[in-house]
Amino acid sequence: MSLGFLEGLRFTRADSPLHRADPRAKFLMALSIFASALIFSNALALSALLALQIPLVLIGKIAKRWSRSLRGGAFLAMLIFLMNLLTGQGASFAIGMSIRFICLLSSFSIFFLTTSPDDLGLALERCRIPYALSFTFTTAVRLVPTMALDAQEIIDAQRSRGLELERGRFLRRVRNYIPILVPLIVSAIRRSLELAEALESRAFGSSERRTSLVTLKMGARDYVLMALSIGLLASSVYISKFVQVPSLEPLDEILSFRWRII
Amino acid sequence: MPQIEAEGFSFTYSGSSSPSIRGLSLEIEEGEFVLLTGPSGCGKTTFCRCLNGLIPNFYAGRWEGGFRVCGLDVSKAKTHELARLVGHVFQNPENQLFSLSVEREVALGPENLGLPREEIRERVEWAMEAAGISGLRDLAPYELSGGQQQRVAIASVLAMRPEILVLDEPTSFLDPKSAKAILETVAELNEELDMTVILVEHRLDLASRLVDRVLVMNGGELALDGSPREVFGKAAHLLGIGLPKVTLLFEMLREDGLEVEIPIRVEEASAILRRLLG
Amino acid sequence: MIEVEDLFFRYPNGFEALKGVSLRIGDGEFMAIMGENGAGKTTLIKHLNGLLKPTRGRVLVDGLDTRRASVAEISKAVGLVFQNPDRQLFSETVRDEVAFALKNFGFGEEVVNKRVERILRVLDLSEHADTSPFLLSGGERKRVALASVLVWDPKHVVLDEPTIGQDYLQKERLRNLIMQINNQGKTVVIVTHDVEFVAEAKPRVVLMSKGAIVGDGKAEEILSDRDLIERASLVKPQISELIDSLPGKGLPRNLIDAYSARSAILRIVRERHVAGVP
Repeated sequence: MSLGFLEGLRFTRADSPLHRADPRAKFLMALSIFASALIFSNALALSALLALQIPLVLIGKIAKRWSRSLRGGAFLAMLIFLMNLLTGQGASFAIGMSIRFICLLSSFSIFFLTTSPDDLGLALERCRIPYALSFTFTTAVRLVPTMALDAQEIIDAQRSRGLELERGRFLRRVRNYIPILVPLIVSAIRRSLELAEALESRAFGSSERRTSLVTLKMGARDYVLMALSIGLLASSVYISKFVQVPSLEPLDEILSFRWRII
Repeated sequence: MPQIEAEGFSFTYSGSSSPSIRGLSLEIEEGEFVLLTGPSGCGKTTFCRCLNGLIPNFYAGRWEGGFRVCGLDVSKAKTHELARLVGHVFQNPENQLFSLSVEREVALGPENLGLPREEIRERVEWAMEAAGISGLRDLAPYELSGGQQQRVAIASVLAMRPEILVLDEPTSFLDPKSAKAILETVAELNEELDMTVILVEHRLDLASRLVDRVLVMNGGELALDGSPREVFGKAAHLLGIGLPKVTLLFEMLREDGLEVEIPIRVEEASAILRRLLG
Repeated sequence: MIEVEDLFFRYPNGFEALKGVSLRIGDGEFMAIMGENGAGKTTLIKHLNGLLKPTRGRVLVDGLDTRRASVAEISKAVGLVFQNPDRQLFSETVRDEVAFALKNFGFGEEVVNKRVERILRVLDLSEHADTSPFLLSGGERKRVALASVLVWDPKHVVLDEPTIGQDYLQKERLRNLIMQINNQGKTVVIVTHDVEFVAEAKPRVVLMSKGAIVGDGKAEEILSDRDLIERASLVKPQISELIDSLPGKGLPRNLIDAYSARSAILRIVRERHVAGVP
């Protein structure tokens, strides 16, 4: 279950307007959705916010993966709903909170699904973050699938030696992960040493002024996206202050009545 | 002046009690295609590390004697100085790729050198063409086969326009067909670009037909040095290296009393056998 | 006996790695599964100890259906040795590492100690018994990984690409060890694309390509068959190439290794000598 959730955040190459958009514009969009989600507590408004993201998902051609990431978050959303309900916040508020969570998840899911870590690294550099840091970031991302494969190989090898990961009481199960973690860490260290050697051999750090083959250029599309983002945030603020959004509170009466019966 | 020059060179890794290379003296000229081989632990990888400055900058240890590459004293040069002159391709294709697209990967070296964008673009195109991977430019490393990954590694190193290309067991993880193809590409690079190539390989059957010179190391020392024919004739199999099977066959036939020359390649062996059998 | 019956396997991402593979491996057999990278070899052997369960079809290990048993249970009979020892080493000493499986299978302390000592001796690791496995050389680590599987004396032993990264001497030693294990009556299955290694060991060879078996027979017949070799994207053993280049000279078409070739050539030369042919 948990690994499927990660899949829902992994970038895959595709030809879509959203993929081609500048990462900074996309980040602003994700941020404005995020902020808007925090502004509203009203379940209907939040649902509308979620629905607003669907066109983006369709344009970005990421429908399947996006829904997978949401499904991964479904468990937590349910947990949030129950926690709020049980602490007496009322059904409508609880529903609102879980939808808010889904909105937050969705906003960044869209960002990560359509932004290549390489582009992200470039964006970070543009924001004056030192190359060493942005490089660390992109390399780390690039290594995630590799390490996942490593982990699988290790698990296979240890299971083939009789290690049973599903059985046993809690403490035993935790101990059983040592034969998985140790080789994983050792592999990771070995790998990073080899990578460091390769990097040195490509003159890493040879020049103060590093140039780059590709640069990020904001195009018309990106400005439109940024304008929409700001517009969204502004509208959210306006609506939350001046517009009466229908509330689901009447539901509270009905649901809490049922609750008491139980 | 030879391009690579070692004089009484010895190196002991810190923490180790015995030298990994002892008393090495040799000269390699520009444009040579050299095969470096020998049993595991003989010092081949240590030698490669000295060529681009990983020793002593990355690996510390005790250094004795002289080692010069392109006129530079390796014990005093920085890795990035040598990286411009010596390109190093490693054994594991996965652990030398950093970017999420082939194009960006090949550009990484030139970017590090701070070259102007136009020149980076030029070098990237040329290097990808030379390594035969122009069609893969947008793919990510995990989408490539082992052979393709090694080609990307070669292209990334070529983009630095080095004078010397060092490949340390580049075909270890590849299947025989890909291994053959990669080595043939390397041979072409040596011929067309006049690039000096130091190839460390165990697969002598594939490599020996392509090279001019074979260096066999054993226990940190240079045991044999000569053309493939000379080296393999000198009972090299006693040193534990895997001779090409046709070479082994004719060495055995010679021991059996037949008067035959020793071939390196199948074509030669075929001609010799044809004469023998009438 | 291991029976693979019409096995189909599809990975979660949709890729169909095995398309109707049927195979019978008799007790005590020596078999090599060969083919290019991606042919399905590793996927197939992971079914032999239950790591993967069939999408369709079934696998029976000594009569036990792998779908109905855990990996631990099946592993008692089928020991799978993986390619990279660094993906399993985790203990403080070689002794502990080798004992790991025995402890998992519930053996008592005395038995564990005895068996560990014995296997360390067989594999020449006794002097390293109390060393950390991480401090050993590549070849030694591979032997530790092998020891850690052989220690529980499985009836069938499966090795995935045991020759990768090994030099000639290490491969010789490995081949001898495999023969030794097989002579003791154990079934040995190796997955490899090292054609020369197989040419000298001469097991039964099963060729795979794109998820299906394309050839199955004696090494001499399979490895000398150009069509089959091409279908499996392999290369022919050098000796076989040599034989192909000289049709009609009385050389058996199915020679694949230097030793047999030597005998055949000597025989022909002597016959001609006797017959008075110059």
